[in-house]
Amino acid sequence: MKDISTSINKVDNDEKTSGQAKYVADIKLEGMLYAFTVRAKIVKGKILNIEYPLLPEGYFVVDYRDIPGQNIVKVIFNDMPVFTEKEITYLYEPIALLIGPDKNVLSKLIEAVHIVYQEDEPLFDWTDSVVHYHFDKGEGKRAFSGKKIIEFNYETSYQEQAYIEPQGFIGYMDKEKVTLIGSIQCPYYVKKAVVQALGEREQNVRIIQANVGGAFGGKEEFPSLIGCQLAVALKKIKKPIQLIYEREEDMLVTTKRHPSRVHFKAAIKDNKIYALSADVGIDGGANIGLSGVVLSRALIACTGVYTIEHLDISGDVFRTNTVPNGAFRGFGAPQMFFAIEMFIEHVALELKVNPLEFKKDILAKQGDYTSTMGIFRDPVLMPLMIKKAMEVSNYQEKRTKYDALDSYKGIGMSWFFHGCGFTGSGEKNIIKAKVRLKKVFETVEILIAAVDMGQGVKTTFRKLVANILNIDIEQVIFNNPDTDAVPDSGPTVASRTMMIVGGLVARATVEVKKRWAEEKFIVEKEYEQPSYIKYDEEKFKGDAYPAYSWGVNVVEVEVDKFTYQVKINKSWSFYDIGKAIDERIVIGQADGGLAQGLAYGYLEVMNHKQGKIMQKNMTDYIIPTAMDMCPMETYLYENPYAYGPYGAKGVGELSLIGGAPAVAKAIEQAIKRRVFKIPVTPEYIMELIKNG
Amino acid sequence: MAKIKFKLNNQFVEMETDPNRRLLDVLRDDFNLTGPKEGCGEGECGACAVLMNHEIVNSCCTPLANIIEKEIITIEGFSKTKKFEVIKDAYAKTGGVQCGFCTPGMIIATESLLNKNPHPTDFEIKIGLSGNLCRCTGYNLIIEAVKEAAKAGDGLW
Repeated sequence: MKDISTSINKVDNDEKTSGQAKYVADIKLEGMLYAFTVRAKIVKGKILNIEYPLLPEGYFVVDYRDIPGQNIVKVIFNDMPVFTEKEITYLYEPIALLIGPDKNVLSKLIEAVHIVYQEDEPLFDWTDSVVHYHFDKGEGKRAFSGKKIIEFNYETSYQEQAYIEPQGFIGYMDKEKVTLIGSIQCPYYVKKAVVQALGEREQNVRIIQANVGGAFGGKEEFPSLIGCQLAVALKKIKKPIQLIYEREEDMLVTTKRHPSRVHFKAAIKDNKIYALSADVGIDGGANIGLSGVVLSRALIACTGVYTIEHLDISGDVFRTNTVPNGAFRGFGAPQMFFAIEMFIEHVALELKVNPLEFKKDILAKQGDYTSTMGIFRDPVLMPLMIKKAMEVSNYQEKRTKYDALDSYKGIGMSWFFHGCGFTGSGEKNIIKAKVRLKKVFETVEILIAAVDMGQGVKTTFRKLVANILNIDIEQVIFNNPDTDAVPDSGPTVASRTMMIVGGLVARATVEVKKRWAEEKFIVEKEYEQPSYIKYDEEKFKGDAYPAYSWGVNVVEVEVDKFTYQVKINKSWSFYDIGKAIDERIVIGQADGGLAQGLAYGYLEVMNHKQGKIMQKNMTDYIIPTAMDMCPMETYLYENPYAYGPYGAKGVGELSLIGGAPAVAKAIEQAIKRRVFKIPVTPEYIMELIKNG
Repeated sequence: MAKIKFKLNNQFVEMETDPNRRLLDVLRDDFNLTGPKEGCGEGECGACAVLMNHEIVNSCCTPLANIIEKEIITIEGFSKTKKFEVIKDAYAKTGGVQCGFCTPGMIIATESLLNKNPHPTDFEIKIGLSGNLCRCTGYNLIIEAVKEAAKAGDGLW
C-alpha cells in the first residue's frame, strides 16, 4: 500500500477547471425572486419611522415583524438580531429585505425607502469591555515586584477574508420545509440558527452546501445571519429567493479579523525573562458573537512557542459601533503571534543579547507546561526545524550581510504553533461530533457535515477511507453535506476537520473493514475526548488543546530606498503537522496561508473612519496578485499524533500565523528600525525612518 | 434595444437586447453559461474572464455593444479543446485548484498567455496571471501549472 501522504489528483479538479462546478449564484430556480437588504445609514441611534415606497405587485418587505421565532442569530454568544427592530449599533446594520422578481426595480425601491432616525453619539474608543478574561501562571503579578521591567505595545489592524466568491444563499420551500443552499462552512450552525429564528421543528429546516468559493472563516458565523433572514422571507413569501451579496456590500458589512492591541511587560531576572504580563484588547465591533472565543485563543497563545514560568494575562473584547468582527483563519492567534514574536526579539535587543540564542534558550520542549498549565505531550521538533530553516535559507550569513546600513534588505524568521481543534472542552461539551459511514455492496459513503471550501476535504476524506479499506477511491462517495443526509460532525473550522472528524471517520472505517463481508450496514462514531484532556474554561487551566501543529517561516525582503515599497523575494517554511494526508494539498494550504499571513503583515490595509469601512472593493483593498508573491519552499515534518488519522494534526490555520511576524522582522532589519504594528506599509516605514 | 450579432463558443448568435448590458450577465442569464463568475463586478478579480477574439477580457466590464461581430469563447467553449485538456491535467498535476471560483478565469488567462507566448518565463507567467486574483493558493502552484502546461503541450500553441 502506498504512503497516504503521496499525492493524488484532486477529485474536483476537472469540474472546477471546466467551469461545471456549481456555486450558489449558478443555481437558478423556476420563478426565483431576488432579495436586497435595506440597511441603516447611520452609525448609532434609533429608527423613529420607516416609510416604504408603494410596492408593485409581487414585491415584498420582510423585516423583524415577520420573524416567527426569536429575533436573534444563534452563534456562540447570542447578541445579533436577525433584523434590527429599532436600535442601530453600526453603519449598514440590516433592517429588512426587499424582495421581488426584477433587480433593477429592487434597486430603485431600495433608494426610495425613507427612514427617520434619532442619531446618538457613536463609540469608537476601546472603553466598553464586554468580555474580560484573566489568568495567572506561577507567581502571577507578584513575579514582577522588584524586577527590571521591559514593556512595549503592539497593534494589528483589520484583515478581510476576501474570498473571491461573495456571501450568498438561495432558498425555497419544499412543502413545509425551509430549504437553503449556501456558500457556508458550517451547515449545522445555519440550521440551528434558522430553527431558533423560525421557532420551527428541526425536521422542517434543511441546509445544503453549494460549492464554496473560498471562506477562510468568513463563512463560519456570518451565513447564519443571512440564512435566518432568507428563511424568514421564505416562510412569508413561499417562493424561491436568491440572496447574494455584491462585492461592495460583502466588504462593508461582513465580519473581519479583529484589530488588536497588546501591551507586553517582561520582568527580567539574571538577564532572562522571569515573568510575562499581557494586556490584550480586541475590537469586537457592534456584536460580541465569536469575539470571546477569539480572545481566549489569543490569550492562550500569549507566550508563543516559549516556556515562561510566571504569567499575568488579561484581555478584553471591546464593543464599538463598527461592523462586527468574527472568525478569520487563525482566530486570534495571528494577532498574538505577531506581538509575542516581536516582543521577545525586542526584549533580547534591550538586554543586548543575541535574539536567536535568547529565544532558543526558552523554546518549549516536550513535557513543558503550556501557558495554561497543560502539557506539551508530543515531541517538539522545533530545534530540528529551526536548524534546517537556518541552513536552507542561509540565515546567519544573510543576517550578517544585511546588517550593513544601506542594504535595505532583510531576512526574518518566525516561530509559532497552532492549537488544533476547538479550545478547551469545546469538542466535548459544545460540538459532540458524530460521523456516519454507509456501506452498500462495494461502496462506502462518508456522511459528515465537513465542507470542502478549497482545502480538499472531498479528496482527502475519500483517500483516507479508501486507503484504510485498501479499495479504489472511486468506491468511496462524498457529496456536499446536506443536513437531511449527514449527522452533525461539527463546523468546518479550527483546523479540526482532518484531525477530529477525520480521526472519527478513520475509526469508523476500521469497523467497516472488519464487517466488509456484510452487504449493507451503517457505522456511526461519536467524539470521545482523550481522557488526559482536562480544561477549566473559567480559570484557563489545563490542556487547552489536544495537540499542537508547529511552524517556522523565514522570509527575505527588499525595501525600496525611495518609495519604501516592500518586495518579498523568497520564503522558506517548515511545518510539523503530524502527518500529511496528501502532500500536495498540504503544500497548497501552506502556500495559500502564508500568502495571507505575509500580506497581513505588509500589504493588506483596512480601516474605518467614523464607523465606515474605507475599503469597499478589491480595488481599494489590496490582496496579493501573482506579481506580489514570492517563490515558497516548504518542508513537512512527520510527528504523528495518536488520535489523528495516520497521525494527522491541524493544517488549515497554521500557515497563516507566522507570515506577519516573519515579514515584519525582515523589514525591521532592512530599515534598521523596530516595528510595532502591522501592516508595515510604506507610510509606516516612512514614519519610522523619519522618527529615527 | 439593438440587434447584436456575435460568435459564442463557435456558434453564431443574434439577439435583440440592450447593448449596455454586461457580457457577464448575458452569458450567465441568457445562455446559462455559469463558468464565468462574478467576484467583484469591477474588473479587478478576473473570475469572469472570457476570450474575445482570443484576447482575455473581463466580461463584467464588457458591455454588449463591444462584442458586436466578435468571437467570444467562455470556459465552456474552451473546455472542448485539446489545449484545455493539457491545461486541466497540468492544474491537477501541480495542485493549482483549491476553491475553484477563480479557476475558470485562471484557465482562460493561462490559454491567453500561452497563445501569445508558448514558453513563458516565471516572470512572464506572473504578469500573465496578474489580472486574476486567487485567495487560496498563493499562486505558486498555479504558476507551476502554467509551466507544466507549456511543457506538456509543447507544439500545441
